[in-house]
Amino acid sequence: MTSLLIFFVLVLIGIAIWQLTKIFDLTQVGSNSADSEVANDKDNSINGYLMFAFVGFIYIFTIYSLLKWGDLVLGTPASEHGADVDNLMAISMYLIFFVQTITQFLLHYFTFKYRGKQGQKALYFADNNKLEAVWTIIPVIVLAGLILYGLYTWNDIMYYDDEEEVIYVELYAKQFGWEARYSGEDNTLGKANVRFIEGVNTLGVDLSDPAAQDDKVVNELHLPKGKKVVFKMRSQDVLHSAYMPHFRAQMNCVPGMITQFAFVPSMTTAEMREDEAIIAKVDKINKIRAKKSIELAAKGEEALDPYTFDYLLLCNKICGQSHYNMQMKIVVDTPEEFKAWLNEKPTLSSQWAEANAPAPVVVPVPEVVVPVETIEDSTKVVAQIIK
Amino acid sequence: MSAHEHGHHKETFITKYIFSLDHKMIAKQYLITGLIMGIVGVLLSILFRMQIAWPEQSFGLFKVLLGENFAPGGVMRNDIYLALVTIHGTIMVFFVLTAGLSGTFSNLLIPLQIGARDMASGFMNMLSYWMFFISSVIMLSSLFIESGPASAGWTIYPPLSALPQAIPGSGLGMTLWLVSMAIFIASSLMGSLNYVVTVINLRTKGMTMTRLPLTVWAFFVTAIIGIVSFPVLFSAALLLIFDRSFGTSFFLSDIFIQGEVLHYQGGSPVLFEHLFWFLGHPEVYIVLLPALGITSEIIATNSRKPIFGYRAMIASILAIAFLSTIVWGHHMFISGMNPFLGSVFTFTTLLIAIPSAVKAFNYITTLWKGNLQLNPAMLFSIGLVSTFITGGLTGIILGDSTLDINVHDTYFVVAHFHLVMGISALYGFFAGVYHWFPKMFGKMMNKNLGYVHFWVTAVCAYGVFFPMHFIGMAGLPRRYYTNSAFPLFDELADVNVLITIFAIVGAVFQIVFFWNFFYSMFYGKKATQNPWKSNTLEWTTPVEHIHGNWPGEIPEVHRWPYDYSKPGHDEDFVSQITPMKEGEEELHH
Repeated sequence: MTSLLIFFVLVLIGIAIWQLTKIFDLTQVGSNSADSEVANDKDNSINGYLMFAFVGFIYIFTIYSLLKWGDLVLGTPASEHGADVDNLMAISMYLIFFVQTITQFLLHYFTFKYRGKQGQKALYFADNNKLEAVWTIIPVIVLAGLILYGLYTWNDIMYYDDEEEVIYVELYAKQFGWEARYSGEDNTLGKANVRFIEGVNTLGVDLSDPAAQDDKVVNELHLPKGKKVVFKMRSQDVLHSAYMPHFRAQMNCVPGMITQFAFVPSMTTAEMREDEAIIAKVDKINKIRAKKSIELAAKGEEALDPYTFDYLLLCNKICGQSHYNMQMKIVVDTPEEFKAWLNEKPTLSSQWAEANAPAPVVVPVPEVVVPVETIEDSTKVVAQIIK
Repeated sequence: MSAHEHGHHKETFITKYIFSLDHKMIAKQYLITGLIMGIVGVLLSILFRMQIAWPEQSFGLFKVLLGENFAPGGVMRNDIYLALVTIHGTIMVFFVLTAGLSGTFSNLLIPLQIGARDMASGFMNMLSYWMFFISSVIMLSSLFIESGPASAGWTIYPPLSALPQAIPGSGLGMTLWLVSMAIFIASSLMGSLNYVVTVINLRTKGMTMTRLPLTVWAFFVTAIIGIVSFPVLFSAALLLIFDRSFGTSFFLSDIFIQGEVLHYQGGSPVLFEHLFWFLGHPEVYIVLLPALGITSEIIATNSRKPIFGYRAMIASILAIAFLSTIVWGHHMFISGMNPFLGSVFTFTTLLIAIPSAVKAFNYITTLWKGNLQLNPAMLFSIGLVSTFITGGLTGIILGDSTLDINVHDTYFVVAHFHLVMGISALYGFFAGVYHWFPKMFGKMMNKNLGYVHFWVTAVCAYGVFFPMHFIGMAGLPRRYYTNSAFPLFDELADVNVLITIFAIVGAVFQIVFFWNFFYSMFYGKKATQNPWKSNTLEWTTPVEHIHGNWPGEIPEVHRWPYDYSKPGHDEDFVSQITPMKEGEEELHH
């Protein structure tokens, strides 16, 4: 009811202003010529100066943003290829700032300088092939350089040698969480299909596959520093995207196919926690959290935990209601720590046996009309095509 | 001439204002509908921006607008957040900046600027508007259903959009979305075909293709892109309807959801992404090119100078149009498609920077040594060039597959496309309204309100989207209901509050525009025939609208549209219908 009243009051105020403007306009009749709504010298002058001020606003806002928010960006990359990505990013950014500064200046300065005045005559200047050629060729050269550098890095990141010693890890996405599967001693991931999902076998691993016997499923992702990790990604329901910002890594997880991304972690979690930028960031965040905790305490709610730095895996493709909270902690260990950690984890087959004891371990026969085919690893096919 | 004499039979209210066949009335219908959809679209964005800035707080505004179902206790539900984001995107991209912008100005200006009495098919034109109207009503109605509107993002990627189990909005809401878009596409195709046929066939005597104003060139090419790409979205929508309702598996495979395996086998969501972006990327240019065409015309007129490099401008429109159809894969670098394709799309995408750069430089050169009349339309046009540069430059980063890996789907992308296509196209829209308002309604808009509107909007647009680059580079994904689930993002909370405040101020000041628009429509000062002293044909028609546009013969065209401040003429403009003087030379190439 109150909202309805407010609505009516607003409408009445609107009508009142409407009528007032109309009366005001009527009293002005005769004092204005026909083109009184066309910009005159005074308008040109005021808006010309404002345009000049606006380029100042753009500059000041840019500098302010850089000073105030420059430290928000992700700091030191935690993967080997991350340095290349950041380098290319830096080059592109310098270029962007350079072009932005100059073109915005010219645009707004010309607007100010050539603001209209009675009796001023514009120059009839319709075209000039030389000028056109210049600003076609310069972008061509600059972009050619960027494209070449970009593609070189891209190929470096996306393809890896089969001969290289790598670790295969499966990233498994579902609404709304992540799991990871390690390939075990044989370094081969067992086949899988959602039709095998049952009980503890949440990833649908085909337990009759010999390669699957030593696979291990975990809820926290550990990676060894300095080893190439090849992620094979699957999703069981909708599209997700495995986003690991600190590693400059991202790939979509697509139901019905296996996607792939590989990188070499270059800093352990412990080392990253010692990074200067990260220390400053953590301090800043903890100050904010402390302040918020005081506010919460005043309201009688629980205080926030202090923040310690950890690498994260986030979902970065809209996937449903709790998309905003689909995360997994990533820990980068030294190779020895990693080995010790992984050795402690039970294999999936042993977990399965335990869960289904004392009944004999039988691979469940799925009741589906269509024949169960495990998904072809599309990335392998691709790699072959490239070769 | 297809347009027959309409003047003889009497018009009723219905034939004049509702089922009108006259392109000028249809343009106005598109404009008003587009503006109303714009109000809804912007309002939705304010609601979800409030949620991001002050997560999970109770607002009286939510209670009133969203109700107890969508916002229990005044706190927005997390799937409704996604629904608002989805419908905001859909409305702004398709209903405001495609139909609203193109529909208004293509309809108004193509016949008037090429010297035709009406569109090639007035009936199809009317049909096109009314299908747009129906699709708008269906899209808006989805906001009022119990399970909520479509919530899978404006890109509606399956399986999320295909499975009601995945999110409530993928039930009836998604069905309405698909039906609405199917009708919308039919409307858009009828409009586009009409524009193309009209430009090709109905130009007046002397109006060669190289004497067309750049507006008409832009509308013409836009219509062609639309004809090429919209049917592909139609097919994608159709196949998705099949997957949803008839059990096919075009886009779905191997799905386990809520404890059961679904029957789908063999489809691929990546296929949908290809089909979607085959429209989705050209769509960016369907939105942007008309705005650039409008700006070209307004900048030349108000600079009192010929547009610099007329032929280069046409060439760059054509180049952008061609390239726009072969760059869609840059939305899919990390979709799981072959990395080799990523390389190809990086290459074609960065190429598109070249014609874009040419356009920007040509605008700046047009201003140089001009006699700039800084009308509100001119300010918005210059504003467009500014945001086009700022937003376009970050395209160099997003178009580069290597760099896209880490900023894909973050706020960096949101900042980029809002500046380069959202704000730019919106500025083009506003510029067009201010400039051609006298032609549409025979009245002038108030310039001082126009100035206030521009300056507040200009500051707020940068205030909203510039900081988003930084939170994007901090790794903040878009479409997050709240950022409080990650302590890492706590330091971004202040920035989000600032952005929301700028957004609210900017949105509130649009009231100035709407006020000016509706007030001037009724009580504005009477317009003269050619208030901006422009060369193009539309300003040779009488202020009062008549069927067939010109009372007598259609005038013949003798020169290109940009003879401003040409030496040897007394005035600083020479209408296209003025014959060449004896010994007068064409000074442009």
